[in-house]
Amino acid sequence: MGFCREAGRALILLFEAVVCLSFMFKRRSRREIIQQMFICGIKSLGVITVVATFTGMILALQTGIEMRRFGQEVFIGAAVMVSMLREMGPFMTGLILAASVGSAVAAQMGTMVVSEEIAALELMSINPVRFLVMPRLVAMAVMTPLLSFYSCVMGVVGGGIVGLTQLGVPWSAYIDNATRYAMNKDLFVGMLKAFLFGVIIVITACHQGFATTQGAVGVGNATRRTVIMSFLSILIVGYFITRLFYV
Amino acid sequence: MIRLEHVTKMLGTRRVLDGVDLEVKRGETLVIVGPSGTGKSVTLKHMVRLMTPDEGRVVVDGDVVSEATGSALEKIREKFGVLFQGGALLEWLNVGENVALPLREKTALTEDEIQTKVREKLSLVGMEGDMEKYPAEISGGMRKRVGLARAIVRDPQIILYDEPTSGLDPVSSRTIDRLIESLRGELGVTSVVVSHDLHSALSIGTRIAMLYGGHICELATPEAFVKSQNDEVRQFLEAQFITRRGEWEKHGV
Ligand SMILES: Nc1ncnc2c1ncn2[C@@H]1O[C@H](COP(=O)(O)OP(=O)(O)O)[C@@H](O)[C@H]1O
Ligand SMILES: [Mg+2]
Repeated sequence: MGFCREAGRALILLFEAVVCLSFMFKRRSRREIIQQMFICGIKSLGVITVVATFTGMILALQTGIEMRRFGQEVFIGAAVMVSMLREMGPFMTGLILAASVGSAVAAQMGTMVVSEEIAALELMSINPVRFLVMPRLVAMAVMTPLLSFYSCVMGVVGGGIVGLTQLGVPWSAYIDNATRYAMNKDLFVGMLKAFLFGVIIVITACHQGFATTQGAVGVGNATRRTVIMSFLSILIVGYFITRLFYV
Repeated sequence: MIRLEHVTKMLGTRRVLDGVDLEVKRGETLVIVGPSGTGKSVTLKHMVRLMTPDEGRVVVDGDVVSEATGSALEKIREKFGVLFQGGALLEWLNVGENVALPLREKTALTEDEIQTKVREKLSLVGMEGDMEKYPAEISGGMRKRVGLARAIVRDPQIILYDEPTSGLDPVSSRTIDRLIESLRGELGVTSVVVSHDLHSALSIGTRIAMLYGGHICELATPEAFVKSQNDEVRQFLEAQFITRRGEWEKHGV
């Protein structure tokens, strides 16, 4: 019940932020958006690289062991590619960004509430949604799909390495197999998921941050709730997108 | 200039303000004193509609703030500069950018005009040498001074100060007190100061209001305030070593 109410409030915030999108191309906003893209995108690159590569390696190893029984090891290419594109890429990226960017944004917004910075902005008639939420929303909506795509590439590379070293699948056969069975639809659905995950993370974080009460303890609560809520939303939304496009 | 008419506000389960009636006159410095947690900050927040009364209303220059929205509210808020307890500076902007923020976001001034104004206000608070520093790199007192510079950068008619001197050393406190006095003297601004430091209150205030138990229990000039017969006022005075004979003048002010 609490989850639904919070989600409803977050949706209202999302609506307000979308209304502010018209300010997106103002020079000052543009600079802020680029800065946010750097903060949430580039800084997560390292951990995403490691997680995605190992995810691809694990996928290749698990499926490879089974397929070797039928002498079909080369099909790990398709298995890794399709599962990275459809599910694991966006999912892993979403979880990582929720835990890193989401929690950081919630803590920052929460601290700004506690130290009355949000109140000060309101008094200067600077809309906090336009000034703080909109740039982060745009940045994450752009960066999450890009990072998700990057994680797919790294996952496929990881799978290929396992294929080459553990399963004796030549690189060219692996790539050939991977690209033959993956469809454009897999890519687009994956990107759509990542886009939605990015939006969910920012809006959850900003909403929880803005709702902070009770000083430092409140900031901690807002951060924790952001991570939990984003994880849940990512799982639920991910499931329904898959059902919508593949069933 | 600002009139609170029987303002009542529930927060949580507590009736923090219980029928506050208070009028701030043009050009005066009204100091609101009282123990912490009595609702002094809450009272200030009602004046700029960061909070809305459950009952009663707040009027500024004939406009009902407590019912204003949108551009009407924006217009009323333009008359105010507010200094928050911790300065409320944005951490990722440096001192100069913080002070320039209201001008950049809300006026059509050129970058040169903005820089001139920012420098002028920062030198008024003695911070013109620290334009490039970030809020995390300066002390609490300096943050408050920068917060004050930002509050006055658009030349407001009314300035609200929330505990401008709390947590500061005596020298910095005195500097801020002098700033408040000079803003009233030279620019004729109306000020409302929230404080639990009576020494500072008595030296800068033209009138002192004591908030206790959700309403104003005493409102008087500093001279009359120290002679007040009100029990709460007496207790509050004695707790800060100020006795009936007006000895406060000797104490540090
Ligand atoms: N946003 C809020 N939500 C709930 N309670 C609040 C809020 N703001 C203030 N209070 C409560 O109102 C009372 C008065 O607070 P405040 O005006 O900050 O006191 P002070 O006189 O020290 O400035 C306190 O008991 C505080 O807990
Ligand atoms: Mg207070």
